Amino acid sequence: MTNKTLALIVSTSLAAALQNVCAGDITGTITLKGTPPKERDITPLKDDANCGKFHSTMPTTHFYVVGPNQELADVIVSVQGMSGKSTGASAPGVALNQQGCEYKPQILAVQTGEKITIKNSDPVLHNVHAVPKADGNKEMNAPQLPGSGDLTVSFDKPEPFLKFQCDVHPWMFAWVSVFDHPYFAVSARDGTFKIANVPPGKYTIQAAHRKAGVVTQQVEVKEGAPAKVDFTLEAK
Amino acid sequence: MSNVRSSPWFHRFALLTAAATLALLSVGGLVTSHGAGMAVPDWPNTYGYNMFFFPTSQWLGGIFYEHTHRLAASAVGFLTTILALWLFGRSARPFMRRAGLVLFAIGAATALATPRHWTDGAVLGVTGVALLAAGFVWPRCEPAAKWMRYLGGAALLGVILQGMLGGLRVVLKEDQLGILHAVLGQLFFTLLCAIALFTSRWWQRSGAGINLSPAGLPGLRAVWLMGAGAWLLILLQLGIGAAMRHQHAGLALSDFPLAHGKLWPATDPASVEMYNQQRKEILSVNPITAFQIVLQMVHRMVAVAILGAVAAYAWFTRRILGGRHPASRAAWVWLALVLTQGALGAATIWSDKAADVATAHVVVGALLLATGALVCIVNYRELALARAALLPARPASDWTQAPFGPQPAGAGRFPGT
Repeated sequence: MTNKTLALIVSTSLAAALQNVCAGDITGTITLKGTPPKERDITPLKDDANCGKFHSTMPTTHFYVVGPNQELADVIVSVQGMSGKSTGASAPGVALNQQGCEYKPQILAVQTGEKITIKNSDPVLHNVHAVPKADGNKEMNAPQLPGSGDLTVSFDKPEPFLKFQCDVHPWMFAWVSVFDHPYFAVSARDGTFKIANVPPGKYTIQAAHRKAGVVTQQVEVKEGAPAKVDFTLEAK
Repeated sequence: MSNVRSSPWFHRFALLTAAATLALLSVGGLVTSHGAGMAVPDWPNTYGYNMFFFPTSQWLGGIFYEHTHRLAASAVGFLTTILALWLFGRSARPFMRRAGLVLFAIGAATALATPRHWTDGAVLGVTGVALLAAGFVWPRCEPAAKWMRYLGGAALLGVILQGMLGGLRVVLKEDQLGILHAVLGQLFFTLLCAIALFTSRWWQRSGAGINLSPAGLPGLRAVWLMGAGAWLLILLQLGIGAAMRHQHAGLALSDFPLAHGKLWPATDPASVEMYNQQRKEILSVNPITAFQIVLQMVHRMVAVAILGAVAAYAWFTRRILGGRHPASRAAWVWLALVLTQGALGAATIWSDKAADVATAHVVVGALLLATGALVCIVNYRELALARAALLPARPASDWTQAPFGPQPAGAGRFPGT
């Protein structure tokens, strides 16, 4: 290794470390205002000769996953105006599982170039059909037999709520938001989220839910200090 | 020597092929209604298997609909091939023998050269042997008239093109090809119905004479134009309906007779976003767009126009040709189908696009298109025969007569023989 290369690695690492030291986390909670509509029974799933066996009760949709104090899960929270900073190639990746003839989780987020590992935990065949809309993201339609190896896919362009579906079982779908930066999070079941290591600055933060819509707020991240921003979305 | 005309079996076979095609359209409708068009991701194979060897244990969920559709399409292709060859009578024999030998050779070579694909070779080889054997026992009848042979050839080309469109729609993942596939499928069905009409005894007998109505040529021309206009509206409606279904967005309008609670729904971005948010879809459908909302409104308006056009046509035809004329009777059948189709369209929305209801809407649509085409053909022949009777300088074309009349020497050769 030459001295030049060594110097480059050291300086890059230092810069990254310095950025992390200066960077702050954005945390907050998402709350739902109003009463969400009743979830629908997925009767085709229960009626299916193979998949119905995996459910002892009637499976339902999961449009609004709401906690006892109106905490809202499955909201994609992201920092706006951060394009072109993807670290997806070196990111750990995310998993999308097919279990009980349902995609789990149904909402997730990744960076461009980040690997999505698709598993089939069911003893039945699924076909994994990703249907992107953004130019540059390739459609994928691949069979996945029970017990077969995982499939992997990644997307090159940012796209909100990119749909995954299974055409063998048309009630199965998941939504993946793709960002070209690492500054995003998906709210947990208790409605909380955390976007880590955001560089200092003033930002617009967006909270997007497939059914409750999109809201934004301004927030300032100061050097090394956490910032907090809570969102309230209205049930539609 | 006998000709095809002397055998009512050809007409029955044409009816069988048309009926099989209607069944195929039903299965195709179920494929789209169940969102199963991409359930088998490869073509012409099925999950790597030759489609005829795909294990029945794997016919699950959406695969069942898509794979059944492919098998039914193969059956219709087989029937259409027989139909087209039959129209060439004895002159098809040499072609069948040669084509059978070629297919057998290709099948054997495939099986020997690529043992992993022996099933593909077996299917080709068996098809070749069957064609070769049929070439020895094929009916020795006279070929049909040239225009009938053209129709048979068009049907054969149509079924091949239709199969390729369906396959390419899967392989290329192009929804637009699905729209073409849907429209061409119904036009192909209409063509088979026309062949069945031309080979019917009724067509061959009723072309012998013409009873001019008091309205004369202008009246007949008006009947033909009104029918053709209504049929074109139905064709337009088919294109709109196919475009709606093959965007896989479910119902762009969830209520009827209103549209999102209004006479004309809002289509601004905020309203469309709200419609999508309020939708609680069970099946995997795409979000709706303003374009799809407008398209569905146009579909409703064209439906009203079709009802008006066919009702006016039925009333006018009865006035011009009399209530006992076959065209008048057919007009009432046509109108009844329009009303049924309207009811099914409403039921499709009220049932939240239940697969069986939506598919019935597709099937009755196909019957509407075919019935309209047959009505127009009959009307046009009436007009042509009347012109020939009144204007001897303009004799009617031979298509107005029986399609299996005497042939000039050397006519009806199979291409390449």
